Amino acid sequence: MAAPRGRFARHLDTLDVPGLSARAYTDADVTAALGREHRDLADLAALLAPAATARLEELAQAARATTLRRFGRAVRLFAPVYLSNACLSSCTYCGFAKDLPIARRTLTVDEVAAEAGLLTGRGFRHLLLVAGEHRVEVSQDYLVSVVERLRPHVPSLSIETQTWSDDTYARLVAAGLEGVVHYQETYDRDRYAATHTAGWKRDFDRRLNSTELAGAAGVRRLGVGALLGLAEDWRADVLSVAAHAAFLVKSFWRTEVTVALPRIRPSASGYQPLVPVSDAEYVQALAALRLFEPEAGIVLSTREPAALRDGLVRIAVTQMSAGASTEPGGYSAPGTATEQFAISDERSAVEVAAMLEAAGYEPVWKDAFPLVDLSR
Amino acid sequence: MDDPFVVAGQRLGSRLLVGTGKFAAHTVMRDAVLASGTELVTVALRRVDLDRAGDGDILDFVPAGVRLLPNTSGAVDAGEAVRLARLGRAGTGTSWVKLEVTPDPRTLAPDPIETLRAAELLVADGFTVLPYCSADPVLCRRLEEAGCATVMPLGAWIGSNRGLRTRDAIEVIVAQAGVPVVVDAGLGVPSDAAEAMEVGADAVLVNTAIAVARDPIAMARAFALATEAGRLGYLAGRGTVADATTAEASSPLTDFLGGLGGPTGQPAGGGPAAAGSAGRPAPGTGTDA
Repeated sequence: MAAPRGRFARHLDTLDVPGLSARAYTDADVTAALGREHRDLADLAALLAPAATARLEELAQAARATTLRRFGRAVRLFAPVYLSNACLSSCTYCGFAKDLPIARRTLTVDEVAAEAGLLTGRGFRHLLLVAGEHRVEVSQDYLVSVVERLRPHVPSLSIETQTWSDDTYARLVAAGLEGVVHYQETYDRDRYAATHTAGWKRDFDRRLNSTELAGAAGVRRLGVGALLGLAEDWRADVLSVAAHAAFLVKSFWRTEVTVALPRIRPSASGYQPLVPVSDAEYVQALAALRLFEPEAGIVLSTREPAALRDGLVRIAVTQMSAGASTEPGGYSAPGTATEQFAISDERSAVEVAAMLEAAGYEPVWKDAFPLVDLSR
Repeated sequence: MDDPFVVAGQRLGSRLLVGTGKFAAHTVMRDAVLASGTELVTVALRRVDLDRAGDGDILDFVPAGVRLLPNTSGAVDAGEAVRLARLGRAGTGTSWVKLEVTPDPRTLAPDPIETLRAAELLVADGFTVLPYCSADPVLCRRLEEAGCATVMPLGAWIGSNRGLRTRDAIEVIVAQAGVPVVVDAGLGVPSDAAEAMEVGADAVLVNTAIAVARDPIAMARAFALATEAGRLGYLAGRGTVADATTAEASSPLTDFLGGLGGPTGQPAGGGPAAAGSAGRPAPGTGTDA
């Protein structure tokens, strides 16, 4: 049985994102959008439009000034820890999809602790726990155990897993979880149905509503995003991500909302993006997003190549992964399981930190404190 | 002129306090702190990593001789702030704490209710509490009654560089306070700091404006000079501002009293200096609470 439309889904229906995206914006619209102090979704659409591509440098300069004022010369670093590539969902673009004949592995809690130990040894204090969708191998109890095991050593723990019910989010928060990341991948219902063919994730509305459940459960950081290249109109997906972030900000005023716009990378799935999003368009999208949401953390993974990442930290990005492996156990014993996707920026954490310093940014390794009282 | 700035019995040689976030590098922060001449710097405990002490942690870059003021930024309620403050005291060895309870991650506006609760708990636990707070005269009185060593009302939203937007409230707070008033947050350019000092703030705290300046070290120096200039201007006691009506010669309004016979009832003096509250110097007296 499909989940009913949640609050944000109903709100999104009222925004006419496809219409906003399809409108023919002029240079004057771009000028007006750039000139405003507070920008609405129509302004964002103008800044994303082809009309703004010629003004990319202007967009980037404005985004940079906004980022600097709010976040200063500092970029937070994190690393993903892949817990498992076991999966019961079939997503056509994903290297972990259920029917792919890949080497599967789910780490034990001890093995997760060993991976985390390697990463804290490299300086990381912010870890993102990632897993495929397998509710038996990666159960609620398992995740709670992992969080409880890691929390004395890692000040900031987030998950990027399947979606859960509200009681599970509450348990994870009580265990010390700080953040939840659920990318909707695409907000285009038809493309969503075409690319999520089986499993828990197939239910568009259940997934979309989950960030609200997590927010209501007291999760401190919520991450939303879209996988650019899944839907033909990538601008509409960026608009929807922005609307989603704005909705969450309004609904959960204590919660920090982060956004990300990953682009599709090669994986065992062999999936080819429906439309390519050029590097210039990608920069435009992130700069426009920054101008729409001055306060949102913008996250960039190692999916993107080094040169692009180096450029984007000067414009809009405030959090980035570094020295990442996308296979379970990949830090301790690379090659024992199949990765989710091939990363592009293969530099070590030390190298990325050195790049940031050379660019005039402080690499921030620790920007958190334990959320549960460990002395009890 | 001897004009010490005293917080909780400690004399500080500068009325400029500096924050350590948002700098391009810890080395830049250190140089800016030195250039500012500050003797009190605040460091976010969430940024401190005691596992890396001596190995590039932010505390390694706080210059010797500068007093450390750990802050609880990131805390969303009183319980969290108290826990963080205790971790900070255990880790850094100072019982001074800049109390920040900011549940809204966007404005970083201080929660007045939780800040007061946390202040009461921390004072009871022996901390020297310097609370970041809304520019609210009643809240500042309550924080003072709770035993805080200062009050630190905001000038504008943190990081906004918008200047002394709360000037009217700051003037009332200054007039009432029996503890030093430190204007914290929002001061964007040196003249903002001077303005805050001119209206009688005892000190200012600046971070973003220095950290994101093109030349943070020069900006730190500029804020130091402006803070000092503003203080001197306050102590010197400004002249009356002329407006259109007082600039005109007008006929005396009380002449008629002489024609009535008997005492005039006219007070002898009563200029602005008499308006200073107990424990707070009026402009021109050159001492401090």
